[in-house]
Amino acid sequence: MSENEKVINFMRVRHLAGVFSLLLILGSIVSLAVNGLQFGLDFTGGTQIEVGYEKPADLNQVRSQLTSAGYEGAVVVYFGAETDVLIRLQRGFDPGLGEEILAALNRDAAQPVQLRRIEFVGPQVGEELRDDGGLGMLFALLVVMLYVAMRFQYKFSVGAVVALIHDVILVLGLFSVLRLDFDLTVLAAVLAVIGYSLNDTIVVADRIRENFRKLRTETPLEVVNISLTQTLGRTLITGLTTMLVLFALYYFGGETIHGFSIALLFGVLIGTYSSIYVSSYVLLLLDISKEDLMLPVKEGQELDDTP
Amino acid sequence: MLNRYPLWKNLLVLFVAALGMIYAAPNLYAPDPAVQISGQSGATVIDERVLGAVTRSLDEAGIEYFGAESDGNNALLRLTSAEHQLAAKEAIQKSLGDDFVVALNLAPTTPQWLRNFGAEPMKLGLDLAGGVHFLLEVDTVSAVAKRLESDVVEIKTALRKAKIRYQSVIQDDNNVVTLTFRSAEERDEASSELRSDFSSLRREAIDRDGSYILELRMSEQAIAEIEDYAVSQNLTTLRNRVNELGVSEPIVQRQGRNRVVVELPGVQDTAEAKRIIGKTANLEFRLEARPSELVTRKEAFSFRSELDQQRFGDAWLEKQLIISGDHVANAQSSFDSETSQPQVNITLDSSGGTKMHRATRNNVGRRMGVLFIEYKTRTDYVVNEAGEQVPVTSQVVERRIISLATIQSALGVQFRITGLDNVAEASELALLLRAGALAAPMYFVEERTIGPSLGAENIALGVKSVQIGLGLVLVFMLVFYKVFGLAANIALAMNMVIMLACMSILGATLTLPGIAGIVLTVGMAVDANVLIYSRIKEELANGASPQAAIHSGFERAFTTILDANLTTLIVAVILYAIGSGPVQGFAVTLSIGILTSMFTAIIGARAVVNLIYGGRRNLEKIWI
Repeated sequence: MSENEKVINFMRVRHLAGVFSLLLILGSIVSLAVNGLQFGLDFTGGTQIEVGYEKPADLNQVRSQLTSAGYEGAVVVYFGAETDVLIRLQRGFDPGLGEEILAALNRDAAQPVQLRRIEFVGPQVGEELRDDGGLGMLFALLVVMLYVAMRFQYKFSVGAVVALIHDVILVLGLFSVLRLDFDLTVLAAVLAVIGYSLNDTIVVADRIRENFRKLRTETPLEVVNISLTQTLGRTLITGLTTMLVLFALYYFGGETIHGFSIALLFGVLIGTYSSIYVSSYVLLLLDISKEDLMLPVKEGQELDDTP
Repeated sequence: MLNRYPLWKNLLVLFVAALGMIYAAPNLYAPDPAVQISGQSGATVIDERVLGAVTRSLDEAGIEYFGAESDGNNALLRLTSAEHQLAAKEAIQKSLGDDFVVALNLAPTTPQWLRNFGAEPMKLGLDLAGGVHFLLEVDTVSAVAKRLESDVVEIKTALRKAKIRYQSVIQDDNNVVTLTFRSAEERDEASSELRSDFSSLRREAIDRDGSYILELRMSEQAIAEIEDYAVSQNLTTLRNRVNELGVSEPIVQRQGRNRVVVELPGVQDTAEAKRIIGKTANLEFRLEARPSELVTRKEAFSFRSELDQQRFGDAWLEKQLIISGDHVANAQSSFDSETSQPQVNITLDSSGGTKMHRATRNNVGRRMGVLFIEYKTRTDYVVNEAGEQVPVTSQVVERRIISLATIQSALGVQFRITGLDNVAEASELALLLRAGALAAPMYFVEERTIGPSLGAENIALGVKSVQIGLGLVLVFMLVFYKVFGLAANIALAMNMVIMLACMSILGATLTLPGIAGIVLTVGMAVDANVLIYSRIKEELANGASPQAAIHSGFERAFTTILDANLTTLIVAVILYAIGSGPVQGFAVTLSIGILTSMFTAIIGARAVVNLIYGGRRNLEKIWI
């Protein structure tokens, strides 16, 4: 560490950042409790039909067509473009349903309708998927915590997991506040966020460990600040390249993976923030010190050397 | 510290890159639209004569084709235009008739020299190729209950035979069978009597309100075996049925404990697919009609095997059926222990056994026929008002005899069919009996149909986002890291190639989320290079010489990269375990991307940097 390099005092605002994070988490939890998540078809079960028109479709007309054909309570929305319509029915599937709906939409319609896809998910499958998804997330956190505890030290693993939980809750909160559809691809994105944020946290933790062993006189707070400054360039550049491709995915990847790219875009942003403020803050709260990071092998060797 | 790679390391990088290119290359060749022809039954041979008829019909219809090839069981004709695929299918089906299945297909155009390496293109998932996906759940609970039911009938018979008197035998909803006896002695006798024949049942003696009770429960292991059998049995049946549909590359796979996935790429007619997959009973047991029987009460059927048909001609069976296939619990071919003649053992469920007993006890000496019922699609050509020939498809039910055997004694839950000519005939009959009966009912629990236009659109969107994402990252890295950015970019390109190669070799299926995984990998793969380059910059700022800075930059970033990537890999593996279909595709591409990027970013990029800067003693400045 060269003396002339300017160390950014990230941790000066750590309490402010802590309050900021707590407020965000609180907001997310309140929204999750009040609004809940708007689960997609994968998790709720039901039937979903996507139809394509040549010219922009009139949703009210589609609704009235469906109602007059006996499909009450159908949710009808645009899917990506005004020529694409998504119809959701909370009912079981029967083989002729697609053709029936198509016939209903084609009746006294101004333009031809094309069937793009039909999906039916049984309610039980959806429920299982929801349970598996939640369990999978918890399991991922647990395994990661163990790995970090093994490779680093338990204080680091607490820091990493708190940061991850922070990120996951905020992403879920965003989906709850904006009432975006939470489907299987979004769950995949949330897990990818865990992976990304962890990556970031580990890189910082790695540097903190190295500096604790190398720097003799600095206080833990200074060590953390120095480490964060050293890794800042990397953190920002990787965040930037990842966001670049995610923007490409958001703008050109089509409606099906919109939720996926939104979750990841927000997640990468939050993950970058949390690797700087949340995990390092937790480390300081846990009183991380040089003693925590002594190399155990060296201690043993010293003991052997004593006569 | 001159940053030179030994020759073998450079060769290794080149070798891996070359290998990657060879195995990724097949994905560049667009497949030809094609028509695939196979026989309705596995025995149908597709020879020159059939091919001749096919090519003639295409010539007549004026459809351009090339490369007609046949491997004996399947023939593949490549067409010059995808627009003619449907017309070609119709023309061929018309000329060959209903004994052949004609399916639309996409034939890979991998050149021979690549195929010599075993290189093949990636498979496309349903969201990219279009088609139908079904998830069926096997009702294993009812399979267990059904088995217990037939056990109860056998227990009663066994006790009667051993002359042990019981008051009642009751099976409840929790699959517990309660036997009530008048005395403890009778109960103990029954318990020891049942021990050997019903080893799968746990016995427990209880004294309650002055009556002596023996409770029987199925062991966990027995239940697991029945469930396993039911699912694998249904799987076999499903495969047979899917083959009837004539889809070129169907997937029929077990998923989890009691589910089966069926994926039919290219199929659009869900209703038809569902009807064939979901149909149940297609076996019928009927008595042979007496010659004196009124014509209105009997029907003539032909034999399914041509040999039997020549030997016996049509046979008359009664119109009244004894039982249908849904009562058949199992059918296995085996040998008679005394005569060592091949035979087929059939197990019915309890109500089937009762009906069978009632029908056969007064008809010993008569013959019983087993009808195998197949649902087939027949295509007829009708001339419409405009004078055009239009195909009209109709469902035909074919009932043919697979067995006609003399009843030698009253039959019950278990009986056997003997008098079979050879082992092959016995196993064929057992297979047909099993194919006709589902071991347990199945329900559709998930279904997805994706139109072909949506699939093509998804591919276009995916490719576009990969191109743009990759382009942005390449430009950014070049601007930010200059020469070193170039090294990172070469490594990134190499990573993409090796990733595609790995996925092709592993036979992974590409899905839209899978493409998203590739895009994400592009963004994250440069992370390793960014880490290394930040280190190099730091070393330079600390006053290290350029060569030393390069060396320690690569060296010291390594453990960080390893730690960071391993944890991400853990998450990807968990995602694979909990996800299904498309999400698994995402997990697969993410995992492969992490692994390949470690190689390319650390070793590949280093090779390029070494090539540019390595070995220069007086290196003053590096472009980073």
